[in-house]
Amino acid sequence: MSTVASRTAPRRPLRWTFTDAAAVTRRNLYRYVRVPTLLLFSTIQPVMFVLLFTYVFGGAILVPGVKHYIDFLMAGILVQTVIFGSTQTGVALAEDMSRGMIDRFRSLPMARSAVLAGRTLSDTVRNLFVVCLMLVVGILVGFRFHAGFVPALGAVALALAFGLAFSWISAFIGLSVRDVESAQAAGFVWVFPLVFASSAFVPVASMPGWLQAFARVNPVTVTVNALRALTLGGPITKPLLQSLAWIAAILLVFVPLAVNRYRRAAG
Amino acid sequence: MGGMLNEAAIVTEGLRRSFGPIKAVDGVDLAAPAGTVLGLLGPNGAGKTTIVRILTTLLLPDGGSARVAGYNVVRDAEALRSVIGLAGQYAAVDENLTGRENLDLVGRLYHLGKDEARRRADEMLERFELTDAANRTVKTYSGGMRRRLDLGASLVGRPQVLFLDEPTTGLDPRSRFSLWDVIRELVSDGTTLLLTTQYMEEADRLADHVAVIDGGRVIAEGTTDELKSRVGGDLLALRVADRGRTAEAADAIADLGSGAPQVLSEAGEVSLPVAQGASLLAEVVRRLDAAGLEISDLALRRPTLDDVFLALTGHVAEADAGEDQEPGGPPRGRGRRPARSSA
Repeated sequence: MSTVASRTAPRRPLRWTFTDAAAVTRRNLYRYVRVPTLLLFSTIQPVMFVLLFTYVFGGAILVPGVKHYIDFLMAGILVQTVIFGSTQTGVALAEDMSRGMIDRFRSLPMARSAVLAGRTLSDTVRNLFVVCLMLVVGILVGFRFHAGFVPALGAVALALAFGLAFSWISAFIGLSVRDVESAQAAGFVWVFPLVFASSAFVPVASMPGWLQAFARVNPVTVTVNALRALTLGGPITKPLLQSLAWIAAILLVFVPLAVNRYRRAAG
Repeated sequence: MGGMLNEAAIVTEGLRRSFGPIKAVDGVDLAAPAGTVLGLLGPNGAGKTTIVRILTTLLLPDGGSARVAGYNVVRDAEALRSVIGLAGQYAAVDENLTGRENLDLVGRLYHLGKDEARRRADEMLERFELTDAANRTVKTYSGGMRRRLDLGASLVGRPQVLFLDEPTTGLDPRSRFSLWDVIRELVSDGTTLLLTTQYMEEADRLADHVAVIDGGRVIAEGTTDELKSRVGGDLLALRVADRGRTAEAADAIADLGSGAPQVLSEAGEVSLPVAQGASLLAEVVRRLDAAGLEISDLALRRPTLDDVFLALTGHVAEADAGEDQEPGGPPRGRGRRPARSSA
C-alpha cells in the first residue's frame, strides 16, 4: 500500500494481558464502592427470591426425597441469581460504548481482551458477593450443606463459573445491540425460559412430557442438579461433567464471538 | 525517532470508507508535518470523525493508506496506539471514578508503571486546573471540567500525535476560550495535533493548516490566510430589513463587486467581494435607497472562514448542523444523511 517504510512494532509482554484486565476489573468494581445502592439493589432481589420462594411456594411444592424445600431451592436460586446477574455484563458494556469509554479503551495500547475479561471478572466478583450473602440468608431460614465443606466450596465455584459463561453470552449481546435499553431487554428475555423450564424450582418430572425433553438438556438443569449433588449429596459425576461441558461449550463459542465484536465495535 | 522529523506525522493517501451506500470518506489526502496543527473543518456529517476514527485505529479504511507517526494505521495498529492520544466528541471519562483515578487508569493502560502513572496523573491535574477536584468523582464535575479531564487523559501517554475531535462542541464560550489556551500551549511543546471542528473561528485560532471537508472529500486546503484570500479582498456585508427582498438587493449592487454576490435569503444577508472597499459604501447606500430597500446592517470586513466555506460550497457550514452525528459506526437507521453526489 505504501512506499515509505513503516516503523517496526515492538512485541508486547504477555503479562500486560493480565495487568490490563486487572486494571479494568478494578475500575469496574469501583462502581459498586461509589454507588452502594447499585450493590444493594443487586442483592435485595435475590434475597427476596430466597424468602418468597421459601415461604410462599415452600409449603405448596413437595419434592420427593427432600425434607425441606429450602434445601431443594437453594441450588436453583443460586443458578438463577448468577444468570440474572450476568445479564448486567452486556448492559454495562453497552453503557461504556454509548459513553465513548470503549472508544477510549480501543485507542489505548492495552490488550484487546482486557475490557471484556475485566468486565466478566468484575461481574464474577459481584456474583461471589451476592452468592455468599444468599447462602447466609438461606442458612438463616433453614438451608444446610449436607455433603460437607469441600463440595460446598465446589458448589460456589461451579455457580460462579456458570455465571461467568453466561456473562460472555451477555457481553456478546450487549456489544451487538449497542444501546443500553436494548441490552437491558435483549439480555433478559431469553433467560426466563431457561431458568424456569428447568429443575431450578420444581422437579423436572412434574412437567408435561414435551417440556421435560427441553428441561433435561437445559444447561440450567444440569448445573442445578450438579449443585444439588454438591450441597445435598447424591451421584455427582454425571451432572457435574454435563455442567462443565456446557460451560466449556458456551465459553468456546462466545469468548471469540464477543472479542470479535469488541474489536470491530462501532466499525 | 530521528527519522520522524523528516516525515510528516500524519499522511493519508486516497483514504476511503463507506457505511453501506454512504461514502463517509471518499478519497482523502492529508499531510501534517511533525509539530504542526492540522485542522479538519466541515459541517456535521462531512466525514471528519470517520477520518479521525481511521487514524486512531478505531475503524478500518476500505481503501487508500494512512500513516501516523510513521506507523501504518492498519498493519501497525497496535504499536501506533502507544504513541497517539485521542479525545473524542464525548468526554470519555468514568463518572464513578475520581479525576485522579481516571487519569491513573489511563496511565496504567499505557503501561507506564504504577509510580509514573501516578506522577503523570498529578501533572495533568495541575495542568488542567483540576487539582482541587482531583479526589471528587467525575459525577460532580461540570461539562468544562469533564472536557479538561478528558483532554488530560488523552495526554497521559505523552503522545507524539494527538487527535481532538470537536474538542469544544457543547461548551460555553468561556470554557471554549480557556480550552483554546490549553491547546495552544500544548502544541507549543511540539506535539502534532489533528483537530476537527465545525467552528471557523476555532480553526482560525488553532490550526497552522486547514483542510475543508465536505461530503467526505477535501474541497480546499491551505493556511487560514490562504483560504481567506480565495474570497479575495474585502467583503461588503449587508442585511436588508425585508428578507423577502434579499435577492433584489443583491441584484442592485452585483456589478460593484469583484465577484458574484452570495445571498442568504433566510437571514436577509448579502455578501459581496469587493476590491476598492470604503469608496463603494456610499454608492451601495445610494442604490439601495433608490430601490426603496431598507438596510438594517451594513459593514465592510475581512473575510472569515465562514465566507470561505460559503464561497467553496455554496452553503453555510452550519446548514447541516441539524443532522445526526456522523457515523461513528454503521448507520443505525435514524436520521442518516442521504448519500451525497461528489462535489
